[in-house]
This record gives sequence, C-alpha cells and structure tokens, in this order.
Amino acid sequence: MSRERAKTAVIGGRHRKADSVLKATGQALYTDDLKLPRMLHAKLLRSPHAHARILGIDFSAARAMPGVVATLEGREIPGRYGIIPWTEDETALAVEKVRHVGEAVAAIAARDELTADEALAAVRVDYEPLPVLLSPEEAAAHSEIRIHERGNVSKRVDLAFGEVEDGLSRAENVVDESFFYAGSTHAPIEPHCALARVDGAGQLTVWSATQIPHYLHRFLARVLGLPEKKIRVIQPFLGGAFGGKSDPFALEFCAAALALKTGRPVKLLYTREEVFYAHRGRHPMKMRYRLGTDREGRITAVDAKIDIDGGAYSSYGLVTAYYSGQLLTGPYRFPAYRFDATRWFTNKPPCGPKRGHGSVQPRFAFEVALDMAAEKLGIDPIEIRRRNFIGEEVTTINGQKITSNGFLACLEAVERASGWRERYASLPPGRGLGVAGGMYISGTAYPIYPNEMPQTGVQVKLDRSGKVTVFSGASDIGQGASSVPALILAEELGCAPEDVTAVVSDTDLTPVDLGAYSSRVTYMLGLACIEAGRRLRARLDDAVAAKWGIEPSGIRAALGTYHELDGDRTLSFTEAVRLAEAKFGTLGATGSYRTQKLGGDYRGGTIGASPAYSFGAHVAEVTVDEETGVIHVERIWIAHDCGRALNPCLVEGQMEGSAYMGFGEALFEEQDYDGRGLHRGPSLLDYRIPTTLDTPRLTSLVVESIDPNGPYGAKEAGEGPLHPSIPAISNAVWRACGVRLTELPFTPARVLRLLRERRASSPHRTSAS
Amino acid sequence: MPGPREVVPFTVNGDAVAPAVSPHTTLLEALREDLSLTGSKQGCDKGDCGACTVLLDGVPVLACLTLAVEVRGRRVTTIEGLAKGPKLDPIQEAFDACGALQCGFCQSGMMVSARALLDRNPRPSRREIEEALSGNLCRCTGYTKILEAVQVASGQCRPGEGALLTGLDPGAPPPSLASGGGEGSQGPGDPREEPLFPARAGGRGEGGTRAGGVAESDR
Repeated sequence: MSRERAKTAVIGGRHRKADSVLKATGQALYTDDLKLPRMLHAKLLRSPHAHARILGIDFSAARAMPGVVATLEGREIPGRYGIIPWTEDETALAVEKVRHVGEAVAAIAARDELTADEALAAVRVDYEPLPVLLSPEEAAAHSEIRIHERGNVSKRVDLAFGEVEDGLSRAENVVDESFFYAGSTHAPIEPHCALARVDGAGQLTVWSATQIPHYLHRFLARVLGLPEKKIRVIQPFLGGAFGGKSDPFALEFCAAALALKTGRPVKLLYTREEVFYAHRGRHPMKMRYRLGTDREGRITAVDAKIDIDGGAYSSYGLVTAYYSGQLLTGPYRFPAYRFDATRWFTNKPPCGPKRGHGSVQPRFAFEVALDMAAEKLGIDPIEIRRRNFIGEEVTTINGQKITSNGFLACLEAVERASGWRERYASLPPGRGLGVAGGMYISGTAYPIYPNEMPQTGVQVKLDRSGKVTVFSGASDIGQGASSVPALILAEELGCAPEDVTAVVSDTDLTPVDLGAYSSRVTYMLGLACIEAGRRLRARLDDAVAAKWGIEPSGIRAALGTYHELDGDRTLSFTEAVRLAEAKFGTLGATGSYRTQKLGGDYRGGTIGASPAYSFGAHVAEVTVDEETGVIHVERIWIAHDCGRALNPCLVEGQMEGSAYMGFGEALFEEQDYDGRGLHRGPSLLDYRIPTTLDTPRLTSLVVESIDPNGPYGAKEAGEGPLHPSIPAISNAVWRACGVRLTELPFTPARVLRLLRERRASSPHRTSAS
Repeated sequence: MPGPREVVPFTVNGDAVAPAVSPHTTLLEALREDLSLTGSKQGCDKGDCGACTVLLDGVPVLACLTLAVEVRGRRVTTIEGLAKGPKLDPIQEAFDACGALQCGFCQSGMMVSARALLDRNPRPSRREIEEALSGNLCRCTGYTKILEAVQVASGQCRPGEGALLTGLDPGAPPPSLASGGGEGSQGPGDPREEPLFPARAGGRGEGGTRAGGVAESDR
C-alpha cells in the first residue's frame, strides 16, 4: 500500500457508534442482565490465607442447607490452564494449595445469591498456613519457600544489543536513577460475570464478560474435557475491560461445571471486592536505568535492570517480562541497549495486562531519566526528544520494524498547543509544564498459541434487501470494535454505514478473532474487512458493468449509489446487489488477517514485534501546592499518531480515556496489600479512581502518519496514549517545584517529603532552576 | 433465605407496579430482578460507583443503597424512562452525538444524573456539570465527551465545541495549530461545520484530519 491518504467517502468522518442508542436507552444487555428459566446462582469461597496447604474441605453443613443445589471443589476440575501456553499454572479452583488471599477454593450453586452466600459460610476448609512472600525481595531471598514447584522466578529476560558499557563510558553524561512503579488495577465499572447453560443435546453455552472469547472457548474445552465444537461462547455487551478480562477466570469454569453438574443454568457474578482480587492489573516494577548521552543529548546507551512483582500466577507474565524491555526502543534511537528483567512470583493476586501492558512502567522511568539528562546538559526537554528521533522505515536495535512514525509531528503538536516555547521557562513557581513521548504496538505479529491460521476473520452476507450483515468475532469492550466493520464495508461496498449490521462475538456464528488485547483489533479486523469488502465489491461492479455494457473500472460507488464515471447513469446500492445476486447467486465473502513474519532473529525477538507502531507525546501542566504537597494536573495535551483516524470521534475517546487512566495511576491509584496479603481497600471508595472533579482538561491532537500497511493507513489508538501521561506529569512537577518524582503514586505525602529533602539540601532555592 | 415478602406499590417510568419484596431487597434488585428493568447497573452494590443512579421523585438516588420498601407510593425514573416513546431525551441524543458512550455500563446512571441536573438547572456551567456528575464513575472516557454532551444537551454548544465553554482555563493560552488555526477552527474536518445532530453514522468522510498533519479536538 502507498503512503497516500486515500480519498474516502465514509472513513475519517465523525460517525456515531453502531450500538450507542442501545447503550443510551439502557437496552444493551450485559452478561448480568441475562436471566434464564430455572437459573441457579453460584458463589465462590475464597482463601483468607496468602499461602497455605488445603488439607480438606467439608461441605456437609452447606449441602444440608435448603436451597443449596450443588458444590464444587478444585480436584473435580483440576485441569491446568494459563493464557500463555508455556506457563499454564492455574486451576479453576485451588488444588492442594492456595497462593494468594482471595484465591477461589470452592463453589456453591443455590436457588439465589443470598442462599449461596450463606452456604459458603458453612463450608469448612482446613488450611495449613505456609510462609508468605509478598515482595520480589522476599521471593528472591527465600528460595526455600516455593510458591510454585519450579521456584519463585516466573520469567527472566536478559537481552543485550550493541556495546552497552562502551556506550556508557563514551557518554558525556550518565543518568543513573532508580524508579518504582506501584501496581494498579483496571477497575472496569462492570464486574466479571458468567452465565452457563447446558441444553438437552449436551451443548454448553457460556455467556461471559470476557475480552477473549476464543481463548476462553479453548480453555473451557480443556478444563471441562469437552470437544470445542460442543461449546459456544458468547460475549454480550461488555462494561469495560482494559485488560482485566483477558484471562479465563474461575467464574467461567465454575459456572460451566456447575451447569453440567446440575443440568440447570448457572450465573456467577463477582462482587466488586472479588474484582479487586481477580486483578491481573499493572505489575509493580522496581527499575534502575543508566542512560548515557553525548554532549548534544544524543543517546549513547541504555541499561535497565527491572524487578517485576508478578503475584501468584503467570497470567501473561512471560510477555510482561519481555515487554518491559522490548517496547522501549522507539521513538528514540538506541545505539546500545540492555535490559535484564525478572518477574517474580509473590503471594498476591496475579498481575497481568493493563492498558499499555508491560511498557508503561519502563516508559515512565525512561522519560523521566531523559528529562534529567536534558536538565543536566541544558537542553530543552522537547528538543532532546527531537534529536533522538529514530525516524521512519527503520529497524530498532532489537529488530522491531518501524513503518510510519509521526513522533515529530506529535512533539510539534503538543509544543504549539501548550504554548511551550513562550511558557516553559516563564511560568511562576509552583506551576510547570512537562513533556514525554511514547510508542506502542498495533497488535502482536504472532498469535499467543503458535498456529498458521488467521488472527481474525469476517464473513459478510449480502442479499436483495440491500442489507449487509457482517459476522465478526472481534470483542467490543467499549472501544468500538463492533462499529469498525460498518465503516469499512460501507467504504468498500459503496453503501451507507447504517446499511451494515454486525453480528459479533459468538463462537457459533462468528469467525475466530483472538481477542481485544495488544491493540490489535482495528488494525487486523480492519484489514480483514477490506479484504472481504473488495471481494464482494468486485461482484457488484461486474454485475453493474454488465448491465451498463461498460468495464467495471468505469464505476464509482459511495454512500448507497453506484455511478457511471463517464456518463450519468446511476443505480442504488440495493439495485446493484440484486443484479449481482441474479448474476452470481447467493452473495457472501470472507476476509482474514494472517500473521506476518516479523521481529528479531533471537530468542524472544518476536515478542513485541508488531506490524505497525503508534507514537505519541504529551505535555502536562501542573500546579503544586508546596504547603500541602497536593498536585493539580490542570491540563494534558495529548498528541497521538494513530496512522489514520478511521473515526476521529472514537480515536479521541481512546486518547482521552488513556490519558485519564494514566493520570489516575500517577496521582491516586495503588493496588496495595498489607503484611498478610490482604488488599488495603478493595472498593471503589478506597481505591480512588478519578472523578469528574479530579480529571484534568484533556486536549486530543490527532496526528496521521498514514501507515503503509494499516487499513487506510490506520494504527492503534487505545493503549499508546496512556504511556506519556505519567512521566509528563512527573516532569511537569519538576518544573513546578524542583522535585523529581520517581515513585508512584505521586501522593501529597511523597511530594512533601521530597520538598523537605530539597529544602534541606538547598535552603535558598524556591523553584526549579 | 427468602423471608416474608411485602407488596410495595410505586410508579416506575409512569407505570404502576407492585413487586413483592423482602425487607432487605434493594431498589436496584427490585428494578433488575423483579421488574426486569436492567438498564440500571450494579457496579459495586455499595454506593461508590453511581451506575445504579435513578430518580426518586425527580431526585437522583443510588438504587443499591435504597431499600425497595422505601419507595412505596413514590415515583421512580430509570434510564428506560428517559426517552419519550421512540424519541430520545436530549441527553441521550447528545451522549450519542458526542461519542460519550464507550462501554456504556456507567452511562445509565450518568445520564440520569445529568437529567436531574438539567431539570433543576437548564444551563449549568462546566463546573456545575462536573459537580453534578462527580458521583458517577466512568472508567472509559476521561469524562471529556460526557461533559461536552451535557453542554450540548443544554443547548450551550454543538458536538465538538465543549472546549469553548470550559471556563476552567487558569492562564493557559488557547492552543493554536498551524493546520487548524486554534480552537475556533479545525480545518477541513471541523465538526462544527456540521448540523447540530448529524444523521446517524452519516458518511461525511474526509473528516477531522489531514495526511501528515494534525487535527485538534479540544474539549
């Protein structure tokens, strides 16, 4: 494909979402809105211990309670699973041992939730407590206490590219700084929920609030011992996910197993507290960066040592360990780079992929270190980023192929919008601007489990009514995956977007899509829709051309009308469909996205390989109250190179949502546990996510680099724009009051402590020099 | 255990109903389970998230913290009651037009809170909107397009214009971009050139942005 910006009739317009009226009117059905005749409710009993052996479970009192229909324990469904095929270390319910507080131990199905809850209290579990390891340091120091049989190291990745020590020794300046990124969690407003039903023919249907129906389908078959073709997974409307619903969870297996056991439909809804313990959120990371730069601020070498607190299970952790290093090698050129990252098992709820998986923490550390280098060398923070720009159509030092790269335009956009040049040096004490950059993948080049089949596909049906129906397995988690096909098929077929209906996320009806993760959906689904659309369009053009006695190339179609280019004949889209159906028979087409061979030629070189990378830059403006230590983030200007905005309204929504989420992590949020592994505040009151009153004014600046391979030039927009938020805020706080925030979250207590330290070391200084 | 039940008559969205509820049944449970009004959502069940917000005699309340027996003889309005027949409430229309609906789960409560605000204050300031919606958590949008949608619904601006009315800008100059000429214009794709409520998914094309360039949408 070319770098020209294709002229389009539909793509690029500010369209409403296909499903938004259903959502606006309360008609959209989410999993917990579903109710079936004879439905039972199930609840899970969870461990009060962070680490303990299970000696026995006694259900007798619970079973005797009226209304209790069935019980379930781990050894009844002991099949192991795990999203990454090399680290399958989870079971639906704990078998023999629990590894974190809140791990599911047993399940009860009863006539209603209250009865199930009361029955849980009657279950007796005999535990033998084991020593508890709550940090990577403890996990490393006590190798004799094994959280898993294979030890306490979940994954170590140690990769070096180029001459790192040489680069550091040649450097004019070396920043050597340690950072801590506190863990945070997704907190989607919809809790996890699953509903399972077995019909008379032995077909199991599971409705689940999941963002990975396909992987769930595979693991249900494995754990329950059923053929995949006997299982149907349906994802209803989903109330937010952000990576928090991209593993299979205890509730899906338990609801299904209890439905199989009882022959009745079973629903299982997590409480908000359970959502906090299901977790899979952002990993806490301790990071040390050595960043060498020459006199002009050009990077000579980067060396990183990272300890990752993984929690009790692997989840996506193998990938997290790689991503903590692999995704840092743009938008700046690294002549030499090493990262040594270790993910540790600890007795806490497992971490996993939260929006910007694995790379948000190192991005924070690196962008603050780069700011420190700029300060030391007397270079403007935007200028130092410009000077290190890696360019377009280049390969990074770790072998990732960058196609389009709009990073310079992003820097320019935030520089102008924030008034940086006039204001950066002249703001009064207590107020500051900070900048940071970032990059992210547009999907992973390789599927999670190795196979040669497409990563996504669509089937498109077209008939004489003039209605287009697209069957898409892609998960809409609020980002608009169900709205993407209508725009693209309307563009390709020459119909109106409202002529297209999408049937989505139902493994019986829709082709396989791997799920809503790694920002893959619009890129891959988009290309699949283009392929299907062009196949069908060729038939329509052929039929219309035959009718008019012209070549198919002499036809243009847009927004419901087929036109003759060299004449004035027109046909409606519906008439064109009828001609084609008469000429070719029943109309339909498929499209798919296949894996491309990408990545570096070394072990792990394919992890982080993406068909396209997005880039971005933020400027944050903050005020700091030196009396209270309170930071107010007044504004964030968000520039993001999404390749091409297929629907700018949705792109902006992703940018604003990302920046908001980064802001929340920066200032408020921490998934924190006490000395027994108990969550310190598993509620939406204690775990403070930003409200309307907290959230800064967010300004989206869409940059389009027109990627050569993406659909109409598009790349991702859902995760990349989170990355720069946190370091931009930290860098702005430095400008405002002269303290470097290297640990999250940026609480008033932390700011006050740093301010005290600053005053102690330089008593006359009143603001950043 | 289902204890003794009591019949509680009240009106919901104009309909007279009389579910038989237990003393501990919440209004949210009665709406969702007994009356099949599932538009009100349960995000926390303890009054933290606001997804279950309904109007009780016109005043926003958290249905998860209200006992069903408390609403005897009173008037409840849920998200299902906002639209008048097939005609959407201006708030629903604006949320759609502005792209304020992402996952949609928090939005039932959000739109009900917004309705209550506009009923008592038809032209709220940006700050008043923020205060009125501060009890409704949204995890998708960063609230940007939600605040704009309420401004649009109250007739204070058109979709895409929310930034002009913030009144929140302490000292920052209006950003200006070479391609767009500042906040008042966004170049070829300026959504403000569009009619107030463009047709659903209407193909306008070539919107918003230019190749290699920058488009601003400042909310």
